[in-house]
Amino acid sequence: MMASARTRQRMMSAMALIGFFMIWEIGCLAFGVSDLILPRPSQVVAVLWEKFPLLWPHTVQTLKTTLAGFAIGVMVGVVIGVAIGSSRLAYDVAYPLLVGFSSIPKVAVVPIFVVWFGAGTVPAILTSMVISIFPVVVNVATGLASTEPELEDVLKVLGASRRDVLFNVSLPRAMPYLFASLKIAITLAFVGTVLAETVAANRGIGNVMIIASGNFDVPLVFAGLVILAAMGVSLYLISAWLESRITGWAQRKGDMAMV
Amino acid sequence: MEGKPLIELSDVTLRYGGDTVALSQTSLAIASGDFVALVGPSGCGKSTILKLVAGLLRPTSGVVLVRDREPGASLREADAVRVGIAFQNPTMLPWLTIRDNVMVPLKIVRPFREHYARKRRGEYAERADALLDKVGLRGFGDKRPWQLSGGMLQRASLCRALIHEPQLLLLDEPFGALDQFTREELWAIMQNLWLDSQPTVVLVTHDLREAAYLANRICVMSARPGRILETREVPFARPRTIEDSYAPDMAALVQSLRLRIAQARADDQGADSADLERIAA
Repeated sequence: MMASARTRQRMMSAMALIGFFMIWEIGCLAFGVSDLILPRPSQVVAVLWEKFPLLWPHTVQTLKTTLAGFAIGVMVGVVIGVAIGSSRLAYDVAYPLLVGFSSIPKVAVVPIFVVWFGAGTVPAILTSMVISIFPVVVNVATGLASTEPELEDVLKVLGASRRDVLFNVSLPRAMPYLFASLKIAITLAFVGTVLAETVAANRGIGNVMIIASGNFDVPLVFAGLVILAAMGVSLYLISAWLESRITGWAQRKGDMAMV
Repeated sequence: MEGKPLIELSDVTLRYGGDTVALSQTSLAIASGDFVALVGPSGCGKSTILKLVAGLLRPTSGVVLVRDREPGASLREADAVRVGIAFQNPTMLPWLTIRDNVMVPLKIVRPFREHYARKRRGEYAERADALLDKVGLRGFGDKRPWQLSGGMLQRASLCRALIHEPQLLLLDEPFGALDQFTREELWAIMQNLWLDSQPTVVLVTHDLREAAYLANRICVMSARPGRILETREVPFARPRTIEDSYAPDMAALVQSLRLRIAQARADDQGADSADLERIAA
């Protein structure tokens, strides 16, 4: 019963996706939309196929940059999150600073990174790092700060040190928060990379897209978009899969219980 | 060691955030191996005493000693008194299996923690399973907390309080949220566990029959600010049965405790209305 409801929901999702592209394709044909404005999906696929050898190195470049920025961002984010989440004082002191920092539009920091490190990969990595730190910090800190005092008491009575409490209660308790933030951070990391690549780089999908748009090669721009979407979705799915493996307890699914 | 109590509270006062006096000038001594129940109207500071003994709270004034030391500070030393605690909520860690939850104290408390990495799949797991078996949870070790009912979780929580063979067991209304049959079953289990290893037990409870059935001594507390009004010996022979708890002499004890607490509550309300009259005048 459950399985069939789930299958039906999946089929409907797939149909919605296919339907979207079909309406796009048919709409473009019916109204004779120029591929300079909006190329048809079939044209985009053709370009992807045709220019694959040219696009592949840029795809790898963007993926590497994003993953590097994401990885550093998550590590720094977890460290800051643990630091401010495990003490009330640190939380209160650092919070305004973080909010101020996070409300800076990240486009604005790219020129600064370029000044410091020159155009290329480094500003892109830094931008995607900077952009993925904040959700991680906030979620980890919130996860730690919202640990039920009773859970901590159970350990404190046994003579547990702060470290014991952190590793046995607070951190596991914060894991669902961390993973929720990873799903946000990975998509944001792509935004950061592409942003920096369009402004100040000579490689990567963002750079390909900005050059293609300069040449009015709109199908290629869309091909770049499709690649970015595909990478974004894949990494999101990987994060979601990891989340359900590691923090299945928080989702209370019967089938996760025995993992 | 004989003669010197394990737990000593002398003139202990505890204020919460300035005004609220949870406990006032309370003195209490509990001998090693004793089973003491604290009863009284709600909000009278019963749980506060437990938290003071556990080292989760520090007294505003007065001294709390567990084997001549301040609780909490000395817990990490090798010869510290091993403490087990169970709360009204089972407070299981949801990411661990029931067995792993029961084994948590072995991960923290000396001398077990040194061997935890090596023994957690063998000896310690067997020990946890044996305890789970005793409380009627055979075969539930691999389940997750949310797969068990409240009563089952409370049983597991008792196992967790006992796995490291504590010399001092602190029970904060651990049977309070259970139905009567489960509760009486767990009383019997609790009594057997106590008879087995004779740890010192401090039990906070609202249930006077529970206190009479389980404890050697019952301390009746006044309404806030809490003080100990009187201490009753419970002379009945062990092992006691649930039927005993309905027998005339135990029923009489429960009834007299009930009257004492009703009076304490009335005194408190009397004081309140006196306050009101003063304000009105």
